[in-house]
Parts: sequence; structure tokens; C-alpha cells
Amino acid sequence: MLNVKSEDRSTRTSFFNCSPYGFRAIFSWRFIPVLVAVLVLIPVGTILLSFLAPAGDVWQHLVETILPSLLINTFWLTLGVAVSSALLGVSLAWFTAVCEFPGRKFFSWGLLLPLAIPAYVMAFVTLGLFDFTGPVQTLLRSWVGPEQFWFPNVRGRLGVIIVMTLAFYPYVYLLARNAFLTQGKRSLEAAQSLGFNRMQGFLKVALPMARPWIASGVMLVLMETLADFGTVAVFNYDTFTTAIYKAWFSMFSLSAASQLASLLIVIVFVLIVMEQQFRSRMRYAETKHSSRIPRIPLTGWRAWGVAGFALAILFFAFLLPITQLIIWATDTFVEEFNQLYLGFLWHSLMLSGLAALLTCSVAVLVVYSARRHPDTVTRVAVRIATIGYALPGVVLAVGIFVPLAWLDNWLSEMAMQLFHIETGSLIQGTLAIMLIAYMTRFLAVGHNPIDSAMQRITFSIDEASMGLGLNGWSMLKRVHLPILKGGIFTAVTLVFVDVMKEMPITLMTRPFGWDTLAVRIFEMTSEGEWEQAALPAVALVLAGLIPIVLLTRQVEK
Amino acid sequence: MLKIWFSRYPTVIFFCAALFSSNLSYAEQVVVYSARIEKLIKPMFDAFTKNTGVPVKFVTDKAGVLLERLKAEGKNTPADMLITTDAGNLWEAVQKGLLEPIESETLEANIPAHLRDPQKQWFGLSVRARTIVYNTQKVKSADLSTYKDLANPKWRGRLCLRTSKKVYNQSLVAMMIAEHGETWSEQVVRGWVANLATEPLSNDTKAMEFVAAGKCDVTIVNSYYYGRLIKKKPNLPLAIFWPNQAGSGVHVNISGAGITKNARNKHAAIMLLEFLSSKKAQNLFADVNMEYPANPKIKPDSIVMEWGSFKQNQMNVVAAGELQTEAVKLMDRAGYR
Repeated sequence: MLNVKSEDRSTRTSFFNCSPYGFRAIFSWRFIPVLVAVLVLIPVGTILLSFLAPAGDVWQHLVETILPSLLINTFWLTLGVAVSSALLGVSLAWFTAVCEFPGRKFFSWGLLLPLAIPAYVMAFVTLGLFDFTGPVQTLLRSWVGPEQFWFPNVRGRLGVIIVMTLAFYPYVYLLARNAFLTQGKRSLEAAQSLGFNRMQGFLKVALPMARPWIASGVMLVLMETLADFGTVAVFNYDTFTTAIYKAWFSMFSLSAASQLASLLIVIVFVLIVMEQQFRSRMRYAETKHSSRIPRIPLTGWRAWGVAGFALAILFFAFLLPITQLIIWATDTFVEEFNQLYLGFLWHSLMLSGLAALLTCSVAVLVVYSARRHPDTVTRVAVRIATIGYALPGVVLAVGIFVPLAWLDNWLSEMAMQLFHIETGSLIQGTLAIMLIAYMTRFLAVGHNPIDSAMQRITFSIDEASMGLGLNGWSMLKRVHLPILKGGIFTAVTLVFVDVMKEMPITLMTRPFGWDTLAVRIFEMTSEGEWEQAALPAVALVLAGLIPIVLLTRQVEK
Repeated sequence: MLKIWFSRYPTVIFFCAALFSSNLSYAEQVVVYSARIEKLIKPMFDAFTKNTGVPVKFVTDKAGVLLERLKAEGKNTPADMLITTDAGNLWEAVQKGLLEPIESETLEANIPAHLRDPQKQWFGLSVRARTIVYNTQKVKSADLSTYKDLANPKWRGRLCLRTSKKVYNQSLVAMMIAEHGETWSEQVVRGWVANLATEPLSNDTKAMEFVAAGKCDVTIVNSYYYGRLIKKKPNLPLAIFWPNQAGSGVHVNISGAGITKNARNKHAAIMLLEFLSSKKAQNLFADVNMEYPANPKIKPDSIVMEWGSFKQNQMNVVAAGELQTEAVKLMDRAGYR
């Protein structure tokens, strides 16, 4: 285990060299994850506190009626989405990172585009197209005749799984691709030297080596699926989140809702720990780009098969929904568009940008300090710090808001007593609070890509740089950050896009007049005006494309 | 060090100011928490500001979230008024002690007794009638009579419903429980479920589109959704039917408002509430969303007038809140998703 020596020699690059004694003596990297964990623990703790308030009758009712079927639904949904996202993400990542086929360059960034489409938007567009009243079934019915006509139930379990997979696979794709780009071809080469064929090389060498990435991506998909409400609501597919919403909004029992949400926290925590255990037995190391090694050229039907596969995914996950959205948006443009939209766009971009910067900076610090101090406390703290992503946003939003309001009231009480001034609320409705709230929700999204990238850096590098007198900040800045660049860029993009799509926290903590594109979508859909929501949705998708295009350049290197 | 930073970087100062600027404001204004979306409420606020010069600030969110927000903010809440799109959440706001009784002759004169709180803590502003819509090619209006009749086996495989998770359906069943009791209501809901042509749908518009496309023959929706759909697609074979006219009348819910207990601008807020019940604002309610004005002296939109007049259920809408939890439990038991 490595420890930071308090008296290191080179301090020239250190950020805190102006106060050699005070800060450095107290400051320890080990505090950072703990500090962040405490910050996340406040809302989570608020939710857990709900167990003090009895909600027995609501529980009894749920257990007796809908809960069993909800659990089964949730299980199949989560499993289905996780497995199919993994299959889709990994296979596409492998083809675009290691192989050569027609259109590979285009697909390698094109397949990221679905990231910009919120899952609930994908859901209502898909249903709009493929449900009984949609153009596809209507057309088919008019050909076949309504009597003999049969079409699979789009609103069933399979439908939800497909839509969520199409919306979430890019998480896996992006992370797995990162892994394959840096080591794929090389590992395949090594496998071939061991006498494996290509398939064996992929399964036995490249895939296991990419495991931290794939696991991180699948974990994000899992958490997102568990927390989702918008998509399943469009399908009227009842999951565990449905029960949470029902307890709160229909049966007026926030405490029952919070208790249900606490169960979700426990489940996710167990999953995370399991994944971590599973992973900690392995060491991963490789830092060099293997771009010099030539790609595997696919030929004939294989090449066109892969291109067709990629095109089909891109078509259903992006081209089709965006086309439908644009058609709806032009229909409603005159009625819906006004000068307010510039404000919505600006607010969306600004909030997402700032939140992405904050979240990813914190994620880098957390990851780095966890590396320097891999003890149990730190590891647990890191796990806690990333749990916010698995909670339904609206529950986390209340968990954030309640202690905040309490603090605010306390502050103004103090101001009243000490200075006899009436302050009203001081911290609520400030952007700073919004950004911290976003961070508690999306830290996992920032953390996972950076963490997987960090795991690839061999510890011998740390030792070598310590030998050169680098330590703490200077080591992070001069050694790790340059290597982590790819992971950080991925993280920033993901957080940016996720914040842009986020609704409940934005709704609850925004200052007056700070409506965003997502808020606009919420308003339209809450009145059932889905087609009116197309205009803000298109704007949201286009704005979300900005970081994705930037990321593309990075990916394409 | 810090000083240099700030003098060199005015942007930094601006930024810090932006990050930490709060909602401090002392001039006379009204602050509203609204579950009614911007598009459907801002025109009324603008008219008020034009009339009185008093500005209105508002945020929108789900009603349940706004209630928790008011509760958490307590004495420090910036909000003077709460607006919801159903009676149930207003009832819950009263249970949580978030609203204040208002004595106002204007409001009592403008809003009928069954559309306001007996304790005077909230007032209905627009009426949302939940009624039957049917496919004119398959159903004659003579075949229809009541909500209960839709539970009759003759409708087997011919009914479409929106999900029971929507408050409009919860209110409908709650009012049914209030009028006829639980056993009666459960039988009806079980009958509906047995008659469903397809799994419950996520919204009213979808339900009507399914009826028009022939998946089912009849559904229950809020009348303004029918208005919106017909405006956009006038050729759909759909028509409205007012049920329970021989009995107690069509189930109605309200979109309404109350003044918060800790309102800072109480006077201005009452002015706004009274304005919202006045002719000018009530006309806007009728126009922006084809709802029925709560004030019976005001005529609805001309399109809405064509649907004919109907008898409203006169039972106080407060029952929708009181019995909402029971209604949800009942629908869960009956397997109505």
C-alpha cells in the first residue's frame, strides 16, 4: 500500500505550496471521498429517516395487492435491459474499435447519438409510431384487413426492454469502446500468439480485459433502469418506481414512498459491492494506445452484415425518433415557439456545463484519493457517494430539498436573532445549490468512466513518479490527469447529457424563471400534449449533440 | 490574493454573484407555486398584472412535490398561493396545514358551493368534466347511460381506459365511493376491468385515439382533451356523451387555488385569487384549455358550447381528496392498473 509522505521534496507544482504547514498537515486525500460521501448521505439519510414515520397501512396494502407483480416486472426489466445493453454495447464497441467495415468511421460516433435522446422521449415516439393507432399498424391493417391482422403487443414487457436498451446501450458502448481502443487489437495479437482464433481471442482475452469498463457501463444502465419513471409511465408498465410514485402522489404517503426508495438503495448497494468484489480480484494495466496495429478487415457478407447491424441500431435508436420528433416539431412550431426558447436553451446548456465540470472534478478527486488510500473506509465512502444515481430523481430531489430548507430556515432564524434582519431564504433557489444537487445525483456517471480509466494505470507508474519526488497534487496533475484524459472526457459528456435530460431536481430547485428545455418537456407531457413536447425535445437533442460531437473527435483519435 | 482575483476578473465576480444570488425581493408581488402548467396559467397572471400593476412570479412542478416544498420551507416559504389541477391535492394541502382560510364575499359569490372548500381554504377556478366519449360508427348515444353501465357485460372487449395512476380516475372513483359506498364502487371497477379491450393507456388522448381507430368503442376522458383532439383532427368518428343525467350528474373535478399559511403578500394574493374568479380571468380559463369556467355566470368556449349543457354532480369535490387513498386501494384490489 502506498502512503503519501508528508515531507516530499518537490513542491513547485503543488497548488498548496503557499502554506506548507497548515494546510498540508491537515489536508489528507483520504478525506475527499468521505466528505463527498457525507454530502450524498444527507439526502439519502433524509430518505432513510422516513422509517421513523409509520406507514404500515400503505405497506400492507401494497404487499397484498400490487407489490409482488411489481417486483417480478422490475426484475425482468432490469435483467433484460442490462443484458441486452451489454450485448449491444459490447458488440458495437468491438466492431467499431477493432474491425474495419464499410461506414466504420461514421458509426463509431454515430452510435453515440442516441445518448442525446431522453428515454421517455424515445418511449413516446416509439409508441406513437408502433402502437395500435400509429402509422405502422394502421398501414398494415389497411393492407391485411382488421380481422386477420396480428401485431405483437408493443406496450408489453418486451417493448419497454427494447426501448430502454436503445436508449441506454451507449453507456456500455462508450466505455467498452474506450477499453477496446486502448487494448483490443493488442490483446487480440497476444491471443493469436497463444494459438487462439479471433473468436477465442475476443472471448478469452479481450473481453475479460475490458471487464471494468463493461461492468461500469452496465452498472450505470442498471441504476438508470431502476430509477426510471418516465419511460415505464409512458408504457404503463408497473415497476418498483411505480409503487414509490403511487405511495407518494396517490396515497399522500411520502414516508411509505421513501421507505420503498430505501429498499432500492439497499438493493443497489449490494449490487455495487458485489460488482466491486468481483472486480477487485483482478488487476488491469495498459496505458499505451495500440493504434499502430492494423484493424481486422472484415470482408464480404461479414462486413456488410456488421454495417447493416450498426445501421439498424442507429436507425431505431436515433434516426427514426428524431425524424418523428422533427415532423411533430414543425407541426407545432408556430404555436409553440417563442423568444423564451433562447432562455430555455441557455439555461439548459449553462446548468449542464457547470454541473458536468463540478461533478467530474469531484469525481477525479474521489477516484485519485481512493487510489492513494485503498482502505475499507474510503472504499465504502466511494460506494455511498455514487448511490444517488439509482434513486428515482424525484425522491432524491425531496431528500436534497428537505435538509436544505431546514438549513435555510435555521440561517434566517439566526440572522433574525443576531442581526434583527429578515433575510427570507438565503441559499435556496441559488445555482450553487442546484449544482450540488446535480452532483449528488450524477456522481456515479462521472465516477465510473474515470475510475475505470484509473484502474488501467499501473501502480508502478505511481511508484516511479514518487521516486521522482512527485506526490499529491503534483502527481495527479503531471502523471495521472494526462493519462485519464479519455475517461474524463467521457465522464463530462455523460454528465452533461444526463443533467440536460434531468427533470425532478431541476423542477424542484430551480430559481424563479429558470426554466430549461427539460422543464418545458415536463410541462407539455404532464398535460398529455406529447406532440407539443416535440419542439423542446428536438432542441434538447440538438443541444445534447454538442458535447457528443466534441467527444467524437476525442474518440476518433 | 483574493482581492487581486476579484479586481482582475469581473467575470468571476459576476459568476459568484450569479451562483449565490437568491430569490430575495421585497416589493409587492405575488409568488405562486403552480401545478397548472405555464401555458395554461400565465395568460391569467399577465391579465392580473396588467390590471393591477402587481407582478406575479411562479414556478411549476408536480402538485405532490410542491406540497412537500411548502411544508419543508415552512415560515420562510416565498409562496403566497398554491394552484393545483385537482381537488385531492388541495385537500391534502389542508391536511398538512399549508393553507389559510379566506373570507371573501367575491369568491363566495363567484364560485358555487360544491366547487370550494367548506373550510374556505381553497376555491375551484375551472371545472374539468370527466365524461364518456364513444365511436359514432359503432355506438349509438342511446346505448349509453351511466359510468356504472360501462361495467355491464354488454361492453365486454369494447372499453378503453386511462391508467388508474392518473388522479382524474382516482377522483372519479373516490366520488363514486362517496355516493354509493365501497362495495358498489368495487363491483363497477371490476366490471370495467373485465370489459377492457386493451391494457389501460397512459393518457386520455391515447384512449380516444384507440376508440377512433376501432380498438374499442367507448372510453372515459376529461372533456377538454376531447376538444383538443377534435380541433386538431375534426374527422375522427368521436362524440361526447354526458353520463348520469337521470341520476346525480357528470363527475367534475376542479383546477383550484388557495392562499398559503405563511404568505408574505397575503393582500395581493387574495386580490389575485379574486381576480381569477372574475369574469375576465374566467373567460381566459374557458379559452386557453376548453375547460368549463367555475363561475356559472361565464359561458364556456364556443366549441365547448356545441357539446350541449349537462347536469354536474353537485356533491362537494372535497370528497375526491378525502377518499382518494381508498379509491386507489380499491382500484389496486380490482386489478385496474
